[in-house]
Amino acid sequence: MSVSLVVEQALNGLQFGLMLFLMAAGLTLVFGIMDMINLAHGSLYMIGAYLAATVAGVTGSFWIGVACACAATALIGVALEATALRPLYRRDHLSQVLATFAMILVANEGVRLVFGDQSPPLNPPAALSGAVALGPDLRYSAYRLVVIAVGAGVAALMYLLVNHTRVGMWVRAGASDRGMALALGIDVPKLFTVLFGIGAGLCALAGALLGPILAVQVGMGESILILAFVVIVIGGVGSVRGALVGAILVGVVDTCGRAFLPQALKAVFPGAVADNVGPALASISIYALMAAVLFWRPQGLFPAQA
Amino acid sequence: MTARARRLLAIGAVLAAVGFPLVAMRFDLGFYVGFVNRVMIFALAATSLNLALGFCGLASFGHAAFVGVGAYTVAILAEHAAHGSLFGVIPGTTSAWIAWPAAAATSGVVAALIGAICLRTRGIHFIMITLAFAQMLYFFTVSLKTYGGDDGLNLAHRSDVGLGVRLADDTHFYYVVLALLCAALYLMGRLVRSRFGRAIVGIRENEVRMEAIGFPVFQYKWVCFAIAGALAGIAGALLANHNAFVSPNALHWTQSGMLLVMVLVGGRESLFGGVLGAATLLGLEEVFSAWTTHWQLPVGAILLALVYLAPRGIAGLFGREPMA
Repeated sequence: MSVSLVVEQALNGLQFGLMLFLMAAGLTLVFGIMDMINLAHGSLYMIGAYLAATVAGVTGSFWIGVACACAATALIGVALEATALRPLYRRDHLSQVLATFAMILVANEGVRLVFGDQSPPLNPPAALSGAVALGPDLRYSAYRLVVIAVGAGVAALMYLLVNHTRVGMWVRAGASDRGMALALGIDVPKLFTVLFGIGAGLCALAGALLGPILAVQVGMGESILILAFVVIVIGGVGSVRGALVGAILVGVVDTCGRAFLPQALKAVFPGAVADNVGPALASISIYALMAAVLFWRPQGLFPAQA
Repeated sequence: MTARARRLLAIGAVLAAVGFPLVAMRFDLGFYVGFVNRVMIFALAATSLNLALGFCGLASFGHAAFVGVGAYTVAILAEHAAHGSLFGVIPGTTSAWIAWPAAAATSGVVAALIGAICLRTRGIHFIMITLAFAQMLYFFTVSLKTYGGDDGLNLAHRSDVGLGVRLADDTHFYYVVLALLCAALYLMGRLVRSRFGRAIVGIRENEVRMEAIGFPVFQYKWVCFAIAGALAGIAGALLANHNAFVSPNALHWTQSGMLLVMVLVGGRESLFGGVLGAATLLGLEEVFSAWTTHWQLPVGAILLALVYLAPRGIAGLFGREPMA
């Protein structure tokens, strides 16, 4: 196992983690401020990826596709929040699960109806299709590096927005005590509609950027949604900082676990067993971590509530 | 609805279910016997979830895991009946009399182990921690390469019952499933009306008060969760037999979501909520999928409408049950 392989897998993990963060940032605020379980968040990710693929296909420019997808999905998010989700805030968690589960069905079929059954191709821009030399024997995909840069940039912007602006202060106030924030005259419902739009746009960004790496297909939102829930539970519901740390943790553990656990296990077990158990163990370890956090520290590693 | 009307309705439903295969065979609609089999199996699974969710207030988002464990138990025992014993100690079997109780026991034990940890959390944390454990079991089954891994495991044939019952015949299988479903509903009705049942409903309504009066709340919840798991295991055993196949898909989180949706649509807190929900959801799927490949769209829209229009589920539209 060479150093360059470790670095490469760590970068892959970081890249996946940052994309998870884009999903989790919106989800954790919905969960934290409105106390709402939104399973349909993964559908916004899927819609974003489809929109990006379609626009990129028509215009021939990947980045125009990404930008249009983010803007359009943000608008869809605002419309969804204002019409379908708002009546659900007062209902119990299970009604929210039922309603948003139904929305997943509607979104999946809606996407199939609008975009057809075939997965649209989404290719990274030609300029980024090559690899960059990062060290003597380490070449890394240029596109993935850009994804990391965009993800890190958005994370930094989110940090500035949440921690160093007045709007961010309102958001933090809403997440830590909605009733008190309302009483102090913050228009939490309106603030929240805007936030939901931003969260939806970030979902679309994640979907569009991951599209060329994973596949753009119906059902792509379901697998990543659960990982996003793992992230926000580990990080602490309502905490953007927690979502960032949780996302990178989950991204690195998942990616590196898949890459290295089989080899590590080979030292102990026969090869066939290690090959089978390794990848599963990496996936299981994430959920074990989530269960452990829920058991010993239910408020998460970086709780938003005081 | 009065208690009398309710009882008449239940008896009528059972009679209709008993007569259904005869009528279906008469009019050459044998396909629908298989469909109703599936509905009844999911009704059993949803009913088991309803015991925990509706009566004890335990919102498990990982119930499909217990169904899957039951299904895998039957399939793995059948596999070893054909190719050597398990760990060289436990002989395989295709006998329903051994494999099905084994499925219930395995699922029950797994539920007890998971419950021992999960039940120390509450509310939203409980939903998430049950999801976490179900995902662990899902990836565990994916890693079972000896038993097909991702691709799943085929059963050579359905379990052997003896006594002249051949499960390979869909009609025979139908009556076995119907009998188990009726027995489960009857026993659950008795359970819910017992001292134990009143205690768990009390825990659902006000846990702190029950604790204060001196009920061992944790133990009650634990037993309830384990019973629900064991019952789900039986549903899993039937599901493995119905499809002659099991795969990790049976444990996927969307399956747990589906069971939750069935209970919520049918009506939690109602004995027949699981049955109504399973019949509604699978019925809608059947009707619309015959019509269009995009059946999920209308089904999703109807479910969404139900959330807003029938907050207590379909059973709730008929008024409250006396013991709910």
